[in-house]
Amino acid sequence: MKADIKIKVCMGTGGVAAGGADVIRAFKNKLKTAGIKASVERHCSLHKVGCRGLCAKDVLVDVIIDGNKTTYQDIKPDMVSGIVKEHIIEGNPIIDWTVGDEYHNFHRKQIKVVLSDCGDIDPEDISAYIAVGGYEATKKVLTSMTPEETIEVIKKSGLRGRGGAGFPTGLKWELGRKAQSEQKYIICNADEGDPGAFMDRSVVEGNPHAVIEGMIIGAYSISADRGYVYIRAEYPLAVERLRRALDQARKNKFLGKNILGTGFDFDIKIKLGAGAFVCGEETALIASIEGQRGMPRAKPPYPVQKGLWGNPTVINNVETLANIPYIIRKGAEWFSSFGTEKSKGTKVFALTGKVKNTGLIEVPMGISLREIIYDIGGGIEGDRAFKAVQTGGPSGGCIPAELIDIKVDFESLAQVGSIVGSGGMVVLDETDCMVNIAKFFLEFTQSESCGKCTPCRVGTKRLLEILERITSGDGKEDDIELLEALSNDIKATSLCGLGQTAPNPVLSTIKYFRHEYDAHIKDKKCPAKVCKHLLAYSIIDEFCKGCGACKRVCPAGAITGEKKKAHTIDPDLCIKCGACFEICKFNAVGKG
Amino acid sequence: MITLIIDGQKITVPEGTSVLDAAKKLEIPIPTLCHHPKLSPYGGCRLCIVEIKGMARPVTSCTTPVNEGMEVTTTSPYIERLRRTVLDLLLTDHPNDCMVCEKAGDCTLQELAYFYGLRELRFQGEKRIYTKRDGNPFIERDTEKCILCGKCVRICDEIQGVGAIDFAYRGFKAKICPPHEKDLDCEFCGQCVAVCPTGALTGKMWALKGRQKDIREIDTICPYCGCGCNLTLHVRRNKVIRVSSKEDTVNEGWLCAKGRFSYGFINSPERLTKPLIRIAPKESSEFGVRSSGLNSSLVTRHTSHFKEVSWDEALDYVAERLRDIKEKHSPDAIGALASARCTNEENYLFQKFMRAVIGTNNIDHCARY
Amino acid sequence: MEETLKRILEEYKKNEGNVISVMQEIQDAFGYIPEDAINWFSKKLDIPASRFFGVATFYAQFHLKPRGRNIITACCGTACHVKGSDRLINGLRKELNLPEGEDNTEDMEFAVEKVACVGACSIAPVVIVNKKVYGKMTAENLMREIKTLKGKRNEG
Repeated sequence: MKADIKIKVCMGTGGVAAGGADVIRAFKNKLKTAGIKASVERHCSLHKVGCRGLCAKDVLVDVIIDGNKTTYQDIKPDMVSGIVKEHIIEGNPIIDWTVGDEYHNFHRKQIKVVLSDCGDIDPEDISAYIAVGGYEATKKVLTSMTPEETIEVIKKSGLRGRGGAGFPTGLKWELGRKAQSEQKYIICNADEGDPGAFMDRSVVEGNPHAVIEGMIIGAYSISADRGYVYIRAEYPLAVERLRRALDQARKNKFLGKNILGTGFDFDIKIKLGAGAFVCGEETALIASIEGQRGMPRAKPPYPVQKGLWGNPTVINNVETLANIPYIIRKGAEWFSSFGTEKSKGTKVFALTGKVKNTGLIEVPMGISLREIIYDIGGGIEGDRAFKAVQTGGPSGGCIPAELIDIKVDFESLAQVGSIVGSGGMVVLDETDCMVNIAKFFLEFTQSESCGKCTPCRVGTKRLLEILERITSGDGKEDDIELLEALSNDIKATSLCGLGQTAPNPVLSTIKYFRHEYDAHIKDKKCPAKVCKHLLAYSIIDEFCKGCGACKRVCPAGAITGEKKKAHTIDPDLCIKCGACFEICKFNAVGKG
Repeated sequence: MITLIIDGQKITVPEGTSVLDAAKKLEIPIPTLCHHPKLSPYGGCRLCIVEIKGMARPVTSCTTPVNEGMEVTTTSPYIERLRRTVLDLLLTDHPNDCMVCEKAGDCTLQELAYFYGLRELRFQGEKRIYTKRDGNPFIERDTEKCILCGKCVRICDEIQGVGAIDFAYRGFKAKICPPHEKDLDCEFCGQCVAVCPTGALTGKMWALKGRQKDIREIDTICPYCGCGCNLTLHVRRNKVIRVSSKEDTVNEGWLCAKGRFSYGFINSPERLTKPLIRIAPKESSEFGVRSSGLNSSLVTRHTSHFKEVSWDEALDYVAERLRDIKEKHSPDAIGALASARCTNEENYLFQKFMRAVIGTNNIDHCARY
Repeated sequence: MEETLKRILEEYKKNEGNVISVMQEIQDAFGYIPEDAINWFSKKLDIPASRFFGVATFYAQFHLKPRGRNIITACCGTACHVKGSDRLINGLRKELNLPEGEDNTEDMEFAVEKVACVGACSIAPVVIVNKKVYGKMTAENLMREIKTLKGKRNEG
């Protein structure tokens, strides 16, 4: 009897953080020891796979015996011997450790294009990618299609840029093709800087070859012989896997001179970003690749006319490029069968925040927000009330609970004052203060502003200062109007996308949560009890057991009381750090 | 050639012209702080925004090239509101100490604040505080007054090719400084000072000597070298307190350290304003008088003194002595050294004089050494 | 130092480097970017030192001063923010006695830095201790890590 056994361990950043490497090591050890004891011959392979999506349950492990897959969740190294013994040797899966309904629900409404091989194949092995049809698209394009025909397919598929602006990819390539120049470039923008977004990281970590293939096909279409991947240095794993994938692609003659004997030359270099959000903006990204400060310049001329070192340059986002090989392989019609009329295909989102199933999801455009949050996300953590979802990161906005049935596509989100953006989706519940959220994003954009243009450099600073005074109880009567007026002027006058969209979180929270602003300004109250200057801590006598834990932890010496008797907080001494609230086991510290 | 319409007026300009330059041809004023016609367009201050039909948002006219049939509106209540906000923001992070600022009266920011009537600012907030002063001898850098227009960075890089300063940091903390934020250590050409639209960069020697309203401008030629740059002396109470240069001149308004800052000799009490003739003591030989060259100071202090004479007397004296030497010792006993401070024409005449009048080829020029 | 800089210069020539890649390598080699290294490269490459300084101060990755031996990176992305990264950072700074505006402990054992987002939002809040990623971090676990690191030093 010969059994084909595969064990797949999640080794995305989430998996690694949860101890994936230790789990792999444990499996290797146990299999070795068990292998000697067991008389049954076994063909065992151990794969490292990329992101599986549901990072909240990491480490996820698949055990596949003769094609029968069992998926385990929350696996720790000490659980491995049990799996090896009971499941692999004795053939009885440990049901208690397998994934539950949540895992299945999480996947049920997803449609995977970009992520179809992510989490399934070993990203460090090109043959794994080739085995599932990888590089077929490259062969097809290079040997049987003209650049014009290729562009036509992409245009027909309706693919739009997944980096934020949603510019039609086919059209961009066509402009790149038409640009007259000896030298052209294609750049993959992997500078995923949005806080709350990790789609691009996951795709590069999970299936780097799809991105490389997308770049080869793009380069062929516009006649570029050089490509760059601009990737954040903060993503070391992604960089390492990409580097390895490029080497393998070169060895397999998919990159370099005379690719597949077609006479087409193309190679890719990695450029590491150095930590500046603004470098996600095309012209700043180009400046950064050239080794300069990433300060955007005015467009026109657009990069496709005058880009890297003055040459025509097409810049595509990671997810956009990773879609390309699948579109070529399965056809434009197949791709455009997903999504809505104007937003075709699927979109990868990073679902995070106060939702039960945080992770990476891929859904057809036009799915409702409700389906994402409740069906895929499993609802709100602790079953608290859903308040809003923040999409599009610092350039986006907050969509309130009452709009939960809107469709998620480029147009619908723009209509309600937010954007799809790169695909960050942070779910907020009743314990999140919307003014604080707006302030958080302004802190971010302010610290990431390059400082070139006045409205962004000084304007966002002033916006932030107004938000700071509102959240600390010093808000003035006309501050909301001032915020709105300044926001609109910053949007109209800023040089680049960063400044033009920086006020969006302010405007959208004012639009939907004006009452929270009012509460801060007029009543000097933070309804979500987040803004610490507007909080008062007090001890509820009937719950207090007089254990003294709060007294010991209070850094300001504001708490007094005898042992076993109710304590009190002196509001004049209290610095509102919340330490007493955290430590109290009896819910005897109230804030409000 | 491209034809477009600006504020209802038709104009035809060469391809590649910016909307700002096209408007300038029509004498339509557009405010700007970061634009300089000789430097690459920057688009940082955002004051030169205009509306262009068909474009979703206002664009900066300094960076936008003209297009055939473009319809541009340079002013409207909306555009003026936006410009006002931008100025307002700049002033919220500016010391606004015009009453003691060197640049008052010659400051673009002050001018714009005046025209937009920005007495009250809508916004208040943190201002950048930079207390460190630059210890270099020529250029006062008051970074708190800097509006980050980047003209100084561009002129230093694009015109001078030096790159002594650059942008550093980012966002609200962005500033322009020499490497490692040390004292400025450069050629001190002062070009950066000349293009600064605010009081952030001024000449150290200008301090408290008088502002723009006090001065009379006198055009002249720089005496330092044969380039013959045009200078404009800023004169207050018959004293030169500053030097600048105009853009429509042979040197296009650019100057070097000497032309811009080395005017101290003009009002120096040690400056010679009348010819002097050295009077040799009786026992001194003719040779002693001639030794007014390199190591003469020691000798002459003890052995001779100077007498103030008129120009006629001085020239007669020189002519007479030259003739004497020529007759006694032949023309080749005389040599002449011309100066790089003279113009080409002067140097030409000087060698002509030596060859044709004195009759020697012993003529050389300091620039050869 | 000179030897290392020469090696980086060779790398630069071979691999069409630029100001950013040079400084990334300098930082890899020294842990920070020494002023002398900038001046050395400025002379060798005939690129003004002001440009190096401008780039070094623009990007968050670069450090112009030596940093603590153990580097603790707290993610401050949106997901981490709503899951209480602020509290982690404040607790950490208090534990390490870091005064306002200072990122390194006095004994140069610890450096604390905040980053915009490390892209591990689904396991927020995230703290990276010496390049190892810890998800779902709590104040207690973080303090335990710090204590372990402190203990290691005392042993050594």
